[in-house]
Amino acid sequence: MFEQQLLNALSLGSVYALFALGFTLIFGVLGVINLSHGAVFMLGSYIALTLVTRFELSLGVATVLAMAGAGLAGLLIDFLVLRPLRARNAPHLMPMIATIGITIILTNVVQGISGAEILRFPQGIVPEESFDFSLPWQGADSEPLHVTALQLLIVLISFALMGLLLATMRRTQLGRALRAIAESPKAAYLLGINVEGLFLLTSFVAAALGGVAGVLIGLSFNAITPFMGQSVLHKGIAVIILGGMGDIRGAMIGGLFLGLAEVMSVAYLSSDFRDAVSFGLLFLILLIRPAGLFGSVLERKA
Amino acid sequence: MEFLDSFWASSFWSTYSTLVFSIGVNALLALSIYLTLSCGLLSLANAAFMGIGAYSAALLTMNLDAPFYVALAGGTVAPVLVALIIGLPTLRLSGVYLAMATLGFGEVVRVVVLNLDITGGPMGLNGIPQKTEGWHIAMLLLLTLYILARLRRSKIGRAFEAIKEDEVAAQLMGVHITSYKLLAFTLGAAIAGLAGALNAHFTFFLSPREYGFENAVDILTMAVLGGTSNLIGPVIGSFILTLLPELLRFLGGFRLAVNGTILVLVVLFLPKGIWDPQRMCRLFSRKRAA
Repeated sequence: MFEQQLLNALSLGSVYALFALGFTLIFGVLGVINLSHGAVFMLGSYIALTLVTRFELSLGVATVLAMAGAGLAGLLIDFLVLRPLRARNAPHLMPMIATIGITIILTNVVQGISGAEILRFPQGIVPEESFDFSLPWQGADSEPLHVTALQLLIVLISFALMGLLLATMRRTQLGRALRAIAESPKAAYLLGINVEGLFLLTSFVAAALGGVAGVLIGLSFNAITPFMGQSVLHKGIAVIILGGMGDIRGAMIGGLFLGLAEVMSVAYLSSDFRDAVSFGLLFLILLIRPAGLFGSVLERKA
Repeated sequence: MEFLDSFWASSFWSTYSTLVFSIGVNALLALSIYLTLSCGLLSLANAAFMGIGAYSAALLTMNLDAPFYVALAGGTVAPVLVALIIGLPTLRLSGVYLAMATLGFGEVVRVVVLNLDITGGPMGLNGIPQKTEGWHIAMLLLLTLYILARLRRSKIGRAFEAIKEDEVAAQLMGVHITSYKLLAFTLGAAIAGLAGALNAHFTFFLSPREYGFENAVDILTMAVLGGTSNLIGPVIGSFILTLLPELLRFLGGFRLAVNGTILVLVVLFLPKGIWDPQRMCRLFSRKRAA
C-alpha cells in the first residue's frame, strides 16, 4: 500500500509545487508576497470550466486559454497595483494588503457571477481511464498499483512546466536577467536590463502557472468553488517557506514534500490533522531554519 | 437619565447593539495589532490569540461557573502565556518571515481547536451566557486606549519606536531588543485575548472558523486602513470596516467586492491610512500659505 500512497502523493505534490512555483517566482524576482495568487488559481479553473461548458471547447484548448487568462489577470494586478507600490518603494505590508483586497474582489465577483455552490466539469470531459500495474518487487498476491490517466496527466504537465521554467532560469539570457533582478533590481537596471518589462513578464508567467494549477486541481478533485484559492494559498505559503522563499528548486521539492506529508498523515494518522501537519511543519521549519530547508543562509538585506 | 433609559429600550439599540458591540471588539483587535506594528513586528497571530482568549473565557464561564471578571481575566492571561512560550523563538524572525510564522501558528491553533473535545470540535461552543454589556466594552476600550497612550509617551513607547525605525541602531543605544519585542507581542496577545473574551460573551456561540487566516487579515486591514501611526487610526479603521458591510447592503452580492476595492484604493492612495495627522498638518499649512 505504501507505493500507492507514494503515487498519490506525487500527483498531489506536483500540483502544489506548480502553484508554489508561481508564488515563489514573484517573491524571488519582485520581492513581494502576492496573496492574490490563490485567487488567480481559482480564476484559472473557472475560466477552463466556462470554456468547456459554455463554449464546448476541448479540455486541452480550455487549459491553454485558462493559462493565458490567468496570466493576463496577473499582468493586470502587477500593472495596476504592484507597479505603483514598487514606484513608491512601499514597505512589505502594503503589497500584501493590496493583494488581499484583490483576492476579496476576485472571489466576490466570481461568486456573484457563478454562485457559491460547488461546480463540476461535465462527465466525459475528465479522462476516466486508469491503469493497474504491479511493481517487480511486489509479490503476486499483493494488490496492484492503481493510477488514473488524470494523475499521469497532472504529473506530466507539472513536471514539464517545472522543467521548462527551471531550464529557462538556468540556461537562457532571459533567466540570467531575471536572476540579476532577483539579486538587485537597481544593479540590473544599470546593466541595461528592462526591469519593469521583466517584472510584468514574471507576473504573467507566475499567474499562468497558478492558473494551470487551478485547472489541474479542479480536474482532480472535480469540485470548483470561489473559495478554493484560500486553502491552496495557505499551502503555497507553507511550500515556499519549506523550500526557501524565492527558491525555484526549493518550491518544487517543498511542494512534493508537502504532498507526501499530507498523504502520509491521512493514510497513517488521521485525516483531521492533514492541515495541522502542513502548518505544524511550517512552524517548526521557521523556528529551526528560517531560510527554508533548502534556502541559502545568505539573505537579501532590505 | 430618562433619555438614556428610553435610548436603551429603543428599537434603534435593539437592532444595532450587536453592531456597536462589534465595533468595540474590533477596535480592541485593531489596537492589539497596532501595538505589535508599533514595535516593527508584522505579527498575524492576533486572530489566534483572540480565539485562545475567547475559548478560555467561555470555558471558564461554562464549565467552572466563574464570575464574569474572572472569565475576562482568564481570557486575557491565557493568550499571554501562549505568547510567552512561542514568543522567544518566533521573534528572532523578522519581516515577512515573522508574518508567515505567526500565520502558521494561527493555523495550528485553529486545527487544534477544531480537533479537541473540550472546545466542541468543529461544532464550536454553544450557549455561552451573555454577560457582556455595552459599558464593559466601552470602559475596557477606553482603558486600553489610555494605557496605550501612556505607553506611547513612556520609555517603553520610545524603545518600541526606536526598534521599529532601526533595530541595529536601537541595540547600539542600549535598548534590549528581545525583551521589548516580547513585551509588545505579549501585550498585543493580552488585548486580543480580552477582545475575544468579550466577544465570546455576547455572540452566544464560538466556532473555530472565526479565528483563522481571514480574521487575522481582517484585523490587520482595520489597523492599516485607519492608519497605524497613532492610536486613533485603528479605532477609525475598525469603525469603518465594521459599518461598511451594513452600509453597502444595497449592493447585495457584490458588496464584498466594494470592500476589497476600497482596501486596494487606500493602500494605493492613502499609504499611511485614513487618519494621518502629518498629512492633515500639511493640508492646513498649505491652506494658510495660500
